[in-house]
Amino acid sequence: MGEAPGTLAASWIVARKDLAIEFRTRTAFLSALVFALLGVTIFYFAWDATAVAAADLAPGVLWVIFTFAGLLGLQRSFGSELADRAIDGLLGAPISREAIYLGKALANLVFVSGILAVTIPAVVLFYNLPFGPGIGALAGIAALAAVGLVAVGTLFSAMAVNTRMAELLLPMLSLPFFVPIVMGAAQSSARLMAGRPIAEAWPWLRILVAFDIVFVTACTLAFPYTLDE
Amino acid sequence: MTSASEPLPTARPRRDPLLGVAIVAVALVYVRALAFTPIEVRQGAAQKILYIHATSAFIALYVAFALMAIASILYLWLKDEKLDRVAESAAEVGLAFTTVVLLTGPLWGKTIWGAWWTWDARLTATLFLWFIILAYLLLRGAVEERGRRARYSAVLGILASFLVPFIHLSVYLFRTLHPMPILLKPSAPSLPNEMLVTFLFSFAAFTLLFIALLRLRYRMATLRDYVADREQERA
Repeated sequence: MGEAPGTLAASWIVARKDLAIEFRTRTAFLSALVFALLGVTIFYFAWDATAVAAADLAPGVLWVIFTFAGLLGLQRSFGSELADRAIDGLLGAPISREAIYLGKALANLVFVSGILAVTIPAVVLFYNLPFGPGIGALAGIAALAAVGLVAVGTLFSAMAVNTRMAELLLPMLSLPFFVPIVMGAAQSSARLMAGRPIAEAWPWLRILVAFDIVFVTACTLAFPYTLDE
Repeated sequence: MTSASEPLPTARPRRDPLLGVAIVAVALVYVRALAFTPIEVRQGAAQKILYIHATSAFIALYVAFALMAIASILYLWLKDEKLDRVAESAAEVGLAFTTVVLLTGPLWGKTIWGAWWTWDARLTATLFLWFIILAYLLLRGAVEERGRRARYSAVLGILASFLVPFIHLSVYLFRTLHPMPILLKPSAPSLPNEMLVTFLFSFAAFTLLFIALLRLRYRMATLRDYVADREQERA
């Protein structure tokens, strides 16, 4: 028996456990991915392509689809701990509650980043976006949006699994919180993809950064209260 | 948990004079606003919505919602069930006031802006506040165990108070259409005296109504928990 790991080391262990489960089954990731790709293509037909330019549509589509696909991953985050009360094993481990939250969030971050890594190129391809220097900035925006989404979503996932209508409650709790993320990400990426200077996207990026800082902190502190003593 | 030694909460709640007083006061506000307050020159009769809309908005956002958030923080700290009941009651009564805001606003908007709804900063923030309170109450209904329900809803109540400024800020970047504050601003209130008096009177009446409803709702929550405890003891 070695020493109990520190918070960061412990959260990495928790994240690795979740990712190993996901990697071996791959069901949640593949379904979320197929869902995202289907969404991207279906959205294209919801507008009159001759009236609205595809490039104007793309940012909104991307971020709306991203939040919904993200929800699929978040659902599974604590849902997988329900079977055989696996959560008790985690709670009994000599690691802090915050480490459990951070580990779960980290695994979810990898999950949604993987979805974005496929969805962004798909949107660029299907919506004929200029594949220029904006792509690098888009990756940065994606990272900021993913952190915010995962911070709030992981916490609500822990709460929603213990309620009577988990599948319905998670989106209902999370979506209002995703509003500033979707707005910030869509507005800033629309400007950058249209080749506007970064100064125009800056106010929106600041909102994303502030959201990440506030909610990563608040949710880490709040998480222990969602666990049964 | 209410113990058996505690005195029984009044099984038949006595008539609450406060609620009666509040309802009469609100009725008087209507009479004064409609019959004894001048009609605004530019907006016409539509301006009268101010006496319901602005006061309800203030109470919903700055009193009910703030009370829910503060009671939530205090609950996580002190773990007193009374605080959870305060948060629950404030949320539910606040939902009623927010609904009034969202229903009366479009009536004014259609006349003055020519549109029932715009995605303006205040409108959007209020709409999402309404969604969040609704989610808060649905969450409460979806958790069986009382301690867990209190903890979960406290967490949501606190996070929601962080969220509303973010929504307001992000929609604000879109530019706002909504009239600017007329009373709560650094300079002097920009209302003629007669309107100001009606406005302040409506303010007092709606505050009274809020307190009366909150008290009733709180008493109901106390009775419900008391009954649940007795049932558990018997089982």
